[in-house]
Order: sequence, then C-alpha cells, then structure tokens
Amino acid sequence: MTARLDLDPALVTRARELAACAAQPVVDLARAHTTVSVERAVLRLAGLTGTDPVTGDGDRREGTARDGTATDRVPWVNRVVDAVRDQVGLEHGVALPVWHALASGAAPDLQAVAEQVGAGTARFVVPTGAGAERARDAARAAVAAGLARVDANRARREELVARLGDAPRRPWVYLIVATGDIHEDIPQAQAAARAGADVIAVIRSTGQSLLDYVPEGATRTGYAGTYATQENFRLMRAALDDVSAELGRYVRLTNYASGLCMPEIAVLAGLERLDMMLNDAMYGILFRDINPRRTFVDQRFSRMVHARAGIVINTGEDNYLTTADAVDEAHTVTVSQLLNETLAKEAGLEDWQLGLGHAFEIDPDLPDSFRLELAHALLARSLFPDAPLKWMPPTKHMTGDVFRGYLLDGFFNLAGALTGQGILLVGMMTEAVVTPWLSDRDLALRNVRYVLDAAGGLVEDFAPPPGGFIDRRADSVLREAVALLERIADHPQGLIQAIADGTFGITRRPPDGGKGLDGVVALTAEAYNPALELLEAVRA
Amino acid sequence: MPDGIDVVRPYGDTTGDGMVQLSFTLPVPPGPRAEGAALQLAGKMGIAPAMVVHSHGIGGGGGGGAAFTFFVVYGPVRHLVDLAAVQVEERAYPLLSPGEVDGAIRAGLHRQLVVLGACIGTDAHTVGIDAILNIKGFAGEKGLEYHREMRVANLGAQVTVPELVARARAERADAVLVSQVVTQRDAHLRNTRELAAAFREAMGEARPLLVVGGPRFDPAMAAELGVDRVFGRGTTPGEVASYLVHALIGSRRPDTPAPEDP
Repeated sequence: MTARLDLDPALVTRARELAACAAQPVVDLARAHTTVSVERAVLRLAGLTGTDPVTGDGDRREGTARDGTATDRVPWVNRVVDAVRDQVGLEHGVALPVWHALASGAAPDLQAVAEQVGAGTARFVVPTGAGAERARDAARAAVAAGLARVDANRARREELVARLGDAPRRPWVYLIVATGDIHEDIPQAQAAARAGADVIAVIRSTGQSLLDYVPEGATRTGYAGTYATQENFRLMRAALDDVSAELGRYVRLTNYASGLCMPEIAVLAGLERLDMMLNDAMYGILFRDINPRRTFVDQRFSRMVHARAGIVINTGEDNYLTTADAVDEAHTVTVSQLLNETLAKEAGLEDWQLGLGHAFEIDPDLPDSFRLELAHALLARSLFPDAPLKWMPPTKHMTGDVFRGYLLDGFFNLAGALTGQGILLVGMMTEAVVTPWLSDRDLALRNVRYVLDAAGGLVEDFAPPPGGFIDRRADSVLREAVALLERIADHPQGLIQAIADGTFGITRRPPDGGKGLDGVVALTAEAYNPALELLEAVRA
Repeated sequence: MPDGIDVVRPYGDTTGDGMVQLSFTLPVPPGPRAEGAALQLAGKMGIAPAMVVHSHGIGGGGGGGAAFTFFVVYGPVRHLVDLAAVQVEERAYPLLSPGEVDGAIRAGLHRQLVVLGACIGTDAHTVGIDAILNIKGFAGEKGLEYHREMRVANLGAQVTVPELVARARAERADAVLVSQVVTQRDAHLRNTRELAAAFREAMGEARPLLVVGGPRFDPAMAAELGVDRVFGRGTTPGEVASYLVHALIGSRRPDTPAPEDP
C-alpha cells in the first residue's frame, strides 16, 4: 500500500499524546471496577454454560424454534453472579467465593454450583488467608483451561490460513447476512463466500445490545438479525470452515462484541474462533445510551480477550457520520479513531488488529464530494499506516433510487481501492429499502469485483500532490481533530466528562446515566479476577 | 398529459407502448428451463411478450453449481391505469416554515408545545426519531429541538410503553412521537396498537396526540392503528412540525369559524 499523505509529524504526535491523555481516566476507571458481565465472562472462560431450565417463557411466538430453544431463559452464569452478588457482593469478584465453594467441597464442579444456585441451596462466602489462596489457584487453573482453548483457536486459525490460503487481496470483502434464523444464515453466508466474500458478518438481532444476558443455543427467531449465541457462533464457523476448504481460502467470521454483554461475547468469540469483532469504545454510550462506566469497564476486558484471541476489532466511527454531517463532523471520526487506538493498545491489541472505522457518507450532491471522501479516507490511511482500516459504504444518502445507489456504491468501492483500505463492507443498492435480498448481495459483489479487478492496482499510482485539494483538506481535518482532542483532554475527567458535556454530537451522556450502571461495582484491594491476571501476565 | 385523457400505460419511448422493466430471482438453476419459468411469471404479471434481456446464476462456484437465477425482464404490460380511479391522501394542512410554526404556537398555545419522542419495542435504531427531533434534522430541515416554542425530550431507544405513558403524563406532553425503523413480521404494527391501547386506557380523551413514523408504515393506517397520524418514508421535520401545529392548535385558532348549529 503506497497511498499516503505527508501529514505534519508534530501534529500527529500531538494528536496521539492528547488521545492518550484524554483516555487515561477511562483506563483508571476500568482498572478500579468490575461489572456483572466481566464476572460472567470469567465463569464462561471457566466452562460454565447452559441456562436455568425453570426460567423463561420459551419461544412460543410465531416462527418458533423447531428445536425448542428458548432465547429468554436465564443463563447459569447470570444466576451464579447474581447469587454471589446478593450474598457477599461483587467487590471481590466472583472467582473467590465460587472457587472457595468448590475447593471446600460444597460442590464437585462449576455446573453443580450453578444447580445449587438454581435450587436455592448455594451459600457463598469470601475466603481469606489460605482459603483465598486455594480458591485463587483453583480459579486460575479453571480459567487457564478456557484461555488454552482460545489460544488453540488462534493457532488453528493461523494453521488454516497457512494451509488453505488467505483472502486473495486487500481490501478484504466484508458482507453481512441477517435473516434472524441461523439455519437460513448458513446457506446465505456460504453463497456469499462462494461469490467472493472474504469476511462474513452475522448481524445481531435488533436490541440484543440491550439484553443483559447472552441467549443460548441455535436460534431461529431474531428480528432483523440473528442472536449472537455460542452455538450460533459454532455452527457458522463450522459452515465457513467447510466452504473455506472448498474454496481454498480461509473465510473469516465477524460478530458484535458490544452492548451490555460485551465481555461475554468477546469470550464466546475466542472460544468459537471468530476472526473479527465489532468493538467500539464509545458507540454503546453515544448511540445506545449504555452507561459510560459500564461501557469502559466492559470494553477494556473484551479488548484484552480479543488481543489474546488474535481477533481483529472493528470500530464504529461510521456511525458518527450517519447522524451528523460527514463534512462538518469529519474530524470527530479522526478523534474517535485516535481514542479507539489508544484504548485498544492499552488493552494489548496490536496495529494489525485495529480495524478502525470510517465511512463514505458525504452528500453526493455536494460539489467535490468524491475528492472530499478521498481526502478523509487517505487521512485515516496515513494516520494509521499499519491498521487494516474498515471502510463503510454509503447509507445516509441511499434514497431508494437503487440505480443511483449502485453507482454510489461503485464510487465507494473505487475510493476504497484508491486509498488502500483494509476491510471493505459491501454496500447494498437496496440500503434503506429492504434487508438485502440474495440478488442484492450478488449484484453488490459484482460491483466490488469489477472495481477491484479494474482499479485495485491504482493504489500504486494514486499520490495526491502536496498542497493540493486532498492534501489541504486532510490537513485541516487533522487540525480540527487536534483542537477537539485538546478540549477533551482539558476536562478534569478527560473523555468521561467530555461525553457528559455532549462533546460528541448532540447527545450528552452523564457518567451516572444510561442503561447498565447497576451492573458496575468498585473493586476492593483483595479482589481477584483470574482472567485479568492471566491476560495481563502475558503482556508483562 | 392532454386534458381529458385519464387512461394511461407505462411509457418506454413511445406513448402507449406500456414498457416496464423488472428484476427478480427464481430458485431454479440457470438454463432454458429457468428462462421459461421467468417468461411464465412475466406473462402472469401481464407482461406480454416478455423479453429476458439478462440472466445469471447466483450461488455457484461450489460443488453443486448455482441454485438460483437472477433475471432482468423487459416487456409491455397490457394493464391500463385509470387515473380517475387513483386515490391519494393529500396533505390536509399547510406546510409551515420554522418561523411560522413558532409563531402559531406562541399565538395559539401561549406556552411551549411539549413533544416526547421514542423508539418502542426492540428497535434500537434511533435514526428516524433523531432525524425528526435532533437539531441536526434531516433533508436540510432542522429538527424539532430547533424550535424555540417547543420543548422536546428524546427518550431514545427501546423505551417501554408504560415508561412512555408515565413520562407523557409527567411532562404533560402535547404530542408523543414514536419511530420504528427496523421491524420484522409486522412488529411495528403490533407495537403501535399496543401503544395506542395503553394511552387510551391510561388517559382516555386527555391523551396526547399520538404520531408514529417509519419506513414500513402506510400513512393510511392511522385510524386502524388507533393513532392520530402515521408518517412514512422520507418524512421531514417540517412536515411533522406543521402537522403538530395543525392538529394541536389549528382547530383552536380564533379565526376558525365555530361549528354551526344544525
């Protein structure tokens, strides 16, 4: 990739310093707290699965699951964490009381602990002294077994990429399936892979981000998307392994580590060898009104898991441009990318794992709109030269005129090729009309193939001159970004206070507002989280 | 169109040629049989003689080859359009500028007009309600928050109906705006009926004006759904603001003639 602008190096350094400074209070906050979802993720790493059979109504709605799964049954991990919290609080973490129960012979295994919780007979205490030592050792061993599976999956991915082959070129072609039924998604995903998709994303059921539990089992009843469950992950990964072998290239699988269960979804992704995960530092706060503290604590843990699993994260900067003007607010994308980068690196992710997002959302009726798009895309490319940037297609100005939309998507693809983007989310001409049809996906992939075949190599030739329109525009966006970062870093609580003040867009999100705050707990000095200990040990 | 002609056909390049284009996919592998199937469908749709100008297989490249075929079909449709029988819902109120909206509220209400907005059900997509309410607005028009004479609260996504009723009561809302963008299996219609029933039960005649909107709604369904107004795709903040003025203030205008005794 040679497309690159010569950005002012002092300005770039300043931008990164400010981002780190603005993010520091977030890191401090995350280190000092845990959440119900972080603690549930620990239990999931230790192998606790399943749901409490006496909870939930089951899926008795229309289109009910033929295999009888219930998406509203309460998972055992929720039951156990809630019971620990009721009895002894969560400020020590869930590991000490749970593994004390195991080590002291109250239950033979984790599943039995869960069933005692279900029966109402579990009694938790926080051990001290030798008892705490014993509980820590046992918890560490149990979680290490889960992390070993995550490690094995990472090795397996590397082996499959080496043996079968990788995506034939950059950008990787990224395509979404979303039927609500995992058994309908699978043939669609396989068809998309055969037609040229390198990455399949299974979009989640609407509203899953605000569920405070992860549904269980193979599901067939999602709305505008399919529930993220461990079993759905497993089924789709297996189906893509089959099609990868058939095609002679490793087809990647993506899901969403966002919302109230971000840490658990990250763990399930590691356990089931997902390859990329949507994971943004601020998206849930700004767009889903999830509590800021909850998000930042969950986000750090989930990113540490992703780092370990060799998963590429995708950030959500495209969202800023769907609600704000893509020219006026271009610098907010750059600011968010820099914040996402600094928080990701603090959590152990490397450059190659940072699919920083941006989008082609400028009003096509604006003169020079394509040149502006190129400037913004090239700014991101030049600012993050080693990150596989995620390039998102037009949505805001897709009007239902499918013919114009097809042309716009062609220009989007061309901009992606010209500026060396790493991951290209395939745009649909029927955006804002219907959830994509089989033929929409096929036509969209034909559009991508034509542009990449015809112009993919243009990245070598495309070098906008210094002082020209594109160079000047990129420079001015970067300067606006630095100015905004200065304002954020000036806040006593950095990013946290800046979000409360509505610095990002119109929404103000105070630290004590939003959904999920009651799941945040301040840790004591004696708190123990075996997963954090093991994940941090590798990085030390 | 010349006066007096009220029967028309689609226009390709000659008056009356009836030409239409369409595309679709059949779950049939590509080949002569698939083409024949496409022609049969086109014929049943009233296109005759139909031409399959393009077709290609979808889902191939694997072991079994393509299982589907995509078609582009052109041809004349034999149906006639009777313009005299076309019914459209014309806007029953004038489109006001933001200044006129504020002026009408000031003159007619003597206080701020209170608007609550939310997405209900499982829909977490606030783009619709945000486009109408946020200052940023939509299609070059500022959102309702821009109006000095309106007090707007955007409750965001996944608000429950009881929550919305309680807030409407507490805020003494004049109007409640509900947007539903993503929906499957007509969940938007179910949710809307639930909304209307809850407000009817809780507040009866004193309920606020209920307005729903979203790309899947049919504007003609307001009465059937039990709400005052339904807005469809492409609705702008100005249309909504104008409607609110019409519905909440328009009837109370001093210059409105009183109903005559029979």
